[in-house]
Amino acid sequence: MKRKSVFPSLFLTLVMIFLYLPIVMVVVYSFHESKYTYGWSGFSLQWYQELFQDEELFESLRNSLAVAGMSCLSAAVIGTLGAFGLSRMKFRGKGAVEYVTTLPIMIPEIILGMVFLSFFSLLNLPQGMVTLVIAHTAFSIPYVFMMVKARLAGMELSLEEAARDLGAGPVRAFFDITLPLIAPAVASGSLLAFAMSFDDVVISIFVTGPKVTTLPIRIYTRIKFGVTPEINALCTLMLLVTVTVLLLSVLIGRIGNRKK
Amino acid sequence: MRSKKRSRVWLAALPLYLFTILFVAGPLIYMVVLSFMSKSDSWGIEAVFTLRNYERIGEPVYRECFVQSLKLAFTTTFLTGLIGYPFGYFMAKLSPSKKRLLLLLIMIPFWTSSLIRLYGWMIILQAKGVLYQTIRFLGFEIKPLKLLYSYPAVVVGMVYALLPFMMLAVYSSVDKMDWNLVEAARDLGASAAKAFWTVTFRLTLPGLLSGVILTFVPSMGLFFIADILGGNKIVLVGSLIQDQLTRGADWPFAAALSVVLMTITTLLLILYRRIANTGELEGIV
Repeated sequence: MKRKSVFPSLFLTLVMIFLYLPIVMVVVYSFHESKYTYGWSGFSLQWYQELFQDEELFESLRNSLAVAGMSCLSAAVIGTLGAFGLSRMKFRGKGAVEYVTTLPIMIPEIILGMVFLSFFSLLNLPQGMVTLVIAHTAFSIPYVFMMVKARLAGMELSLEEAARDLGAGPVRAFFDITLPLIAPAVASGSLLAFAMSFDDVVISIFVTGPKVTTLPIRIYTRIKFGVTPEINALCTLMLLVTVTVLLLSVLIGRIGNRKK
Repeated sequence: MRSKKRSRVWLAALPLYLFTILFVAGPLIYMVVLSFMSKSDSWGIEAVFTLRNYERIGEPVYRECFVQSLKLAFTTTFLTGLIGYPFGYFMAKLSPSKKRLLLLLIMIPFWTSSLIRLYGWMIILQAKGVLYQTIRFLGFEIKPLKLLYSYPAVVVGMVYALLPFMMLAVYSSVDKMDWNLVEAARDLGASAAKAFWTVTFRLTLPGLLSGVILTFVPSMGLFFIADILGGNKIVLVGSLIQDQLTRGADWPFAAALSVVLMTITTLLLILYRRIANTGELEGIV
């Protein structure tokens, strides 16, 4: 019995080490005083200093935040309303509609990138911020849609109907009753959408123009053409933000669960 | 009153309809149309019907590219399953508090930029990188490694990037399973191996299959992993499409390549629906 219980934990630990090894390396070498990412010759914060003077990186960070923010917001609105509307309707071909809606996260990103590039040029849309936001919204909607749909499926209609019977209009009933109930799903879907948008390389490379560069594209070109240790520092900071956001969302989730 | 209430609810879904038709269905249909058009002699496309783009895919160079992509996707999926299935299985057997901790620990790399993690692998695999130093430290005299920019490096990167999907998919289906059924099988005289094979494995198959889809489909298109860790040596369908779009400037051919890739993906999804008997992918959210 004893021998049986050692193997699983050993296996789980080894896989977790595999998952964390590259991340730890990036963090460790962000404090390396040399620009080489092997060996160890001393501790330094110089890459962080250089990072904060790198206007190019900050500009792409601003672009990324703008794209992720706008696409996540529009996806939250379109996806939530869509999931709500569809859940209250019954018609033939509803499955097909839902299938097409979630298609953007089911097909390889490269196809989505190619498809958007050719379609936007057909429409003569100038490549840049607008095309980025449209493309990102398209692959963000499924995350919100699926989360909200799952939440609505497990919900009772009685409260909403009670509100309607008491004279609330459909809009009022939605905002006062339904929306607060599905809010956690909207929040987690939007968060996921934001993260996916903020991290996207493949689709962005295709749809952006020469003037607008997002952070992942900038990082991609830098690590592809020569190693720049500033990127280590940047990655460490981004990691810090990710961990903070994740811990916060767990905490909020805990509080939310307790309320239930 | 009732009918009025129901008749207006579709308005809520209207933005979703419009957006989906205009920016999801529209572009995909255009892709199919484009794949039958010809490339003009200069830059651009001509609306002349042709099957030439599809015929070209049959040429040895491009066929080889599809074969190599499929091979990489199969290798990646197989290895991810080999690591991910036992991981999800063991994880589901942990105590609730340990489960929650492990889930959080998986989420952190999952939510970390994929580029950051790729870059970490470059640090490890480079000629005199961490791996080399470690082997030297253990007392082996070796030459600097030639791992980075090679096929194994790409496989490592792919497995690494897609493993969390598999782990979570398997975990969620094992976690839902009714262990009483396994006990019943054991009580009725089945050996541990037989009980696992006939009960546990069958019941968790949807999770595994969902993981397979979530690994296989993206691995066909993740050209930037092959690009960064493989250093242009490995040309996948993804890189080929990108090349045709940018340098080659042959959009109709890129569209034809995408249609074929899309068809493979769709067939896989249909197969999954048939076997798993559901449209939803397990563990995706």
